[in-house]
Amino acid sequence: MTTPLLDVQGLCKRFGGLTATDTVDLALPEGELHALIGPNGAGKTTLINQLVGSLEHDSGSIRLDGAEIGHLPVWQRVHRGLARTFQITQLLPDFTPLDTVMLAVQARHGHSFRFFGNARNDRKIRDEAMQHLDQIGLGARANARVGDLAQGERKQLELAAALAEKPRLLLLDEPMAGLGSAESQQMIGQLAALKGKITMLIVEHDMEAVFTLADRVSVLVYGKIIARGSVDDIKSNEDVKVAYLGEGDV
Amino acid sequence: MLVLEQILNGIQFGIALFLMSAGLTLIFGIMGVINLTHGSLYMVGAYAAALVAAKTGSALLALVAGLAGAAVAGIVIEALVIRRLYARDHLDQVLATFALILIINQTATMLFGRQPLFVAMPPALSHSVTLLPGLVYPVYRLVVIAVGLVVALGLALPINRTRIGMLVRAGATSREMVRALGVDIRLLYTIIFGLGALLAGLAGAMAAPILAVQVGMGEQILILAFVVVVIGGVGSIRGAFYGALLAGLIDTMLRAFLPGLLRQVMAGSNADALGGGLSSMGVYLLMAIVLLVRPKGLFVRQS
Repeated sequence: MTTPLLDVQGLCKRFGGLTATDTVDLALPEGELHALIGPNGAGKTTLINQLVGSLEHDSGSIRLDGAEIGHLPVWQRVHRGLARTFQITQLLPDFTPLDTVMLAVQARHGHSFRFFGNARNDRKIRDEAMQHLDQIGLGARANARVGDLAQGERKQLELAAALAEKPRLLLLDEPMAGLGSAESQQMIGQLAALKGKITMLIVEHDMEAVFTLADRVSVLVYGKIIARGSVDDIKSNEDVKVAYLGEGDV
Repeated sequence: MLVLEQILNGIQFGIALFLMSAGLTLIFGIMGVINLTHGSLYMVGAYAAALVAAKTGSALLALVAGLAGAAVAGIVIEALVIRRLYARDHLDQVLATFALILIINQTATMLFGRQPLFVAMPPALSHSVTLLPGLVYPVYRLVVIAVGLVVALGLALPINRTRIGMLVRAGATSREMVRALGVDIRLLYTIIFGLGALLAGLAGAMAAPILAVQVGMGEQILILAFVVVVIGGVGSIRGAFYGALLAGLIDTMLRAFLPGLLRQVMAGSNADALGGGLSSMGVYLLMAIVLLVRPKGLFVRQS
């Protein structure tokens, strides 16, 4: 058996008396689209934050392609191939979409570029950023103000910025949150197009999206994984119905 | 003419405030650190400039010493203390940097005593010029204003145009996003902190011939610089610039003219006491109003 791309073992995080992450194991083979679902407050975003490194875990290990990354700072994990999007978009309102994606491209290129160069004139970075925007369908809005974008466009922009990091593993924290149904369909289409090319862990409440996209699903309740399996397994799992889909009324 | 002169004084004070608050607002906005030692860096800059000026008599060397002294102090403080505080909450940061103030002040007292040092004006700049008929103004203060404006422009250009400037602006808006984009923020932090220390050193060195160089001078300006950060908006250099000018002008004008105005309606000694009291409240009143009307600061987009 080959090494999984992401291999999380025994991950724990406590906040005082609250166990937010309770010995979580999670292994994602390369190319898998794995959905993480669970009721509000189950600790899904907390888990993502630990994987990407913005929150330090108490114990356990996080391996990316066999190498322990659990104690690296965020930016180093990003350089190893981890990218994320946020549940509540963290974009910079006064930037343009092009600037935003250029920032990601230039971070990936690191310090091999002139630090004090005129950022906007750098053809190579600019072209690459534009390519990512076009790919996600935001090319026409490249020079708008991010603060003026619609919610759906912002979510797309975050995805474009994350893709500009050329990640091997993409962590998506509620990519459909706040989207209308047409926008959701568009996002599902885009994620489906990426499926297989990039390994993805997706936290999502939109069950239609989860059931359409996911190869496998893990269910997190009170920081613990209570079930894991294919979409059909999860749909028919009694524990999941009780804990998550609503006390027996499904 | 008196009004014009006081306006110039206000601008000059505002410029000094700007040099302090520009660093403070970036350090707070981007690194999330409340750095009370920023005033100490100002003091270190002033002392270094004063000592070198006394030894060599060269204003230029004094300026270089002020900048270098503050930069070195800043780097040491960042490496030894501040770096450990990034992940801590604000109370820890306030406690640690307040302790640093006490230590630095005590050290300065032990080294240089409680007597203020006075620095001679550089001879080339010690005269006054007639700007308008009846308006005679010291050249040195005009130079301070000019230097401040040049620095403000010099900051605005790279921040708006260069790659590192994009990072600075992005970092001030959303640290989380910048980290997630894979930016090595430690490097960004060191640059920001070093830049802040340099600006504080510049402010201190330029203040040396105007003010008495003494222990505690940093805290006086630090408090006002924090007020400016609140008025202008955390993380905004533009806000720091206009906020500092506004605070400098209001403070200076009130001090200069309020007692005189009050004297029109009440007895002289009462007017002086009330005017003095009210004018030292002026800047804080302005801050309170800004907090009420635009809680994120005048120059930050309110969400």
